[in-house]
Amino acid sequence: MIAKTTLHANHLTLGAKMVDFHGWEMPLHYGSQVNEHQYVRHKAGMFDVSHMTVVDVLGAGGRQFLRKLLTNDVDQLKHTGRALYTCMCNEHGGIIDDLIVYQRASDNYRLVLNSATRSHDLAWIRKKVSGFSAGLQEQNDLAMLAIQGPEALSKTLSILNPAQADAISTLTAFECVDVDGWFFARTGYTGEDGLEIILPQDSIATLWNSLLEVGVKPCGLAARDTLRLEAGMLLYGQDMDESTTPLESGLAWTVKWEPEDRDFIGMGALLSQKQMGLTRKMVGLTLEDKGIMRSGQRVVVAGQPDGIITSGTYSPTLGYSIALARVPVATGEQVMVDIRGKLLPAKVGKLRFVKNGEAV
Amino acid sequence: MSDLHNDLKFTKTHEWLKVGNDITIGITDHAQQLLGDMVYVELPEVGAIISAGDELGVVESVKAASDFYAPISGVVIAVNQLVNDDPALVNTDPYGRGWLVQIKAADLSEIEHLLDAQQYQTEIAEDH
Repeated sequence: MIAKTTLHANHLTLGAKMVDFHGWEMPLHYGSQVNEHQYVRHKAGMFDVSHMTVVDVLGAGGRQFLRKLLTNDVDQLKHTGRALYTCMCNEHGGIIDDLIVYQRASDNYRLVLNSATRSHDLAWIRKKVSGFSAGLQEQNDLAMLAIQGPEALSKTLSILNPAQADAISTLTAFECVDVDGWFFARTGYTGEDGLEIILPQDSIATLWNSLLEVGVKPCGLAARDTLRLEAGMLLYGQDMDESTTPLESGLAWTVKWEPEDRDFIGMGALLSQKQMGLTRKMVGLTLEDKGIMRSGQRVVVAGQPDGIITSGTYSPTLGYSIALARVPVATGEQVMVDIRGKLLPAKVGKLRFVKNGEAV
Repeated sequence: MSDLHNDLKFTKTHEWLKVGNDITIGITDHAQQLLGDMVYVELPEVGAIISAGDELGVVESVKAASDFYAPISGVVIAVNQLVNDDPALVNTDPYGRGWLVQIKAADLSEIEHLLDAQQYQTEIAEDH
């Protein structure tokens, strides 16, 4: 049995090639993933992301609970309407999921987690909230749309009502606001400016069509993947999982060690790992040859054990292949990648490859 | 739905072949749709001697790399440099400017073993 989002019929009408994405039938592309990617980088594209997991943490004890549950510290959210990106780890420091938490009020936090990990995430959160003065509200009947690109804000503002437009016109990056049952956040998974909107299912088709009318292009999962990889953003289940810690995934920055007595789940294990010294690190690779690096390919490092490509693709913005790889900490500036039996040279660098439409 | 090309022959592995002064080979519209946006092609050396069924080259899309095969035996006499520079031609014009390789056939009777347009349509209809 496969799940369908509210916009399923709209995707078919637009000629989308559909795929099974972890039990959801989603648009892979609408004709050309490269065109969709370029459109997001230069103008505005939109993604049906209604398959994502949305759960609200309510109650006076919610903040305390989340300070325990997450590697990043929600105490850093200085006022309502702010969000942060974080990992959620098990007791061994292994990553259960990555997510964004939005502070809508001092007693109201919205978590947006991956769709593929939904049941495992919810079971974990339900288990861990026990003992805290907080309740969970799974939002299963809401739809979600991401509008991304340099023109995302202006295009969206042009079709919203005055109250909505007013509220979002002052949003800065990683801020959010609720307006008449619609939730707006200036966040995204593309490295571009944009909005993510969570709204009632019965409103999304009208929003979709209004945005189409002002020239926002529908974009699928394939473009979503090349965009996020160019921006150095990780994909759970591919770049990291429960067998990897944030420290081995380029996500040490999401871990707040102070105050020590916060003792979030996994803190002890991560501290030990830090003290013992890491053996693996996450790097960005660019291929200095024709060809495409792909997930699972072997990375050959001089004098060291092999590393592995976790995510690889062709970068439409840059015109060559880029990848994320987990490699030994002693890895230098050059490696070889085993691409279908041939060893090709790749340069080691940061996780982020593209910013403001250009090579970083 | 791909257009019928009654002047062409086809393989089950989604190559097309056109008989002219020389034999021209490419991949079908069905194949390019399955693969998506092309970004690289690997074409054989001119002068290479190939047998029917041999790997002739590689077309690589953002999604995946895919070998393409020689429908019949012969010698490679030309490869499409345009496609080297602009692999998207394989998506936009797979039967025209997106051709891949030209060969001189070793044995024209091998063409009889290939599928005609109708047979190829039946083949790919069964895939769905």
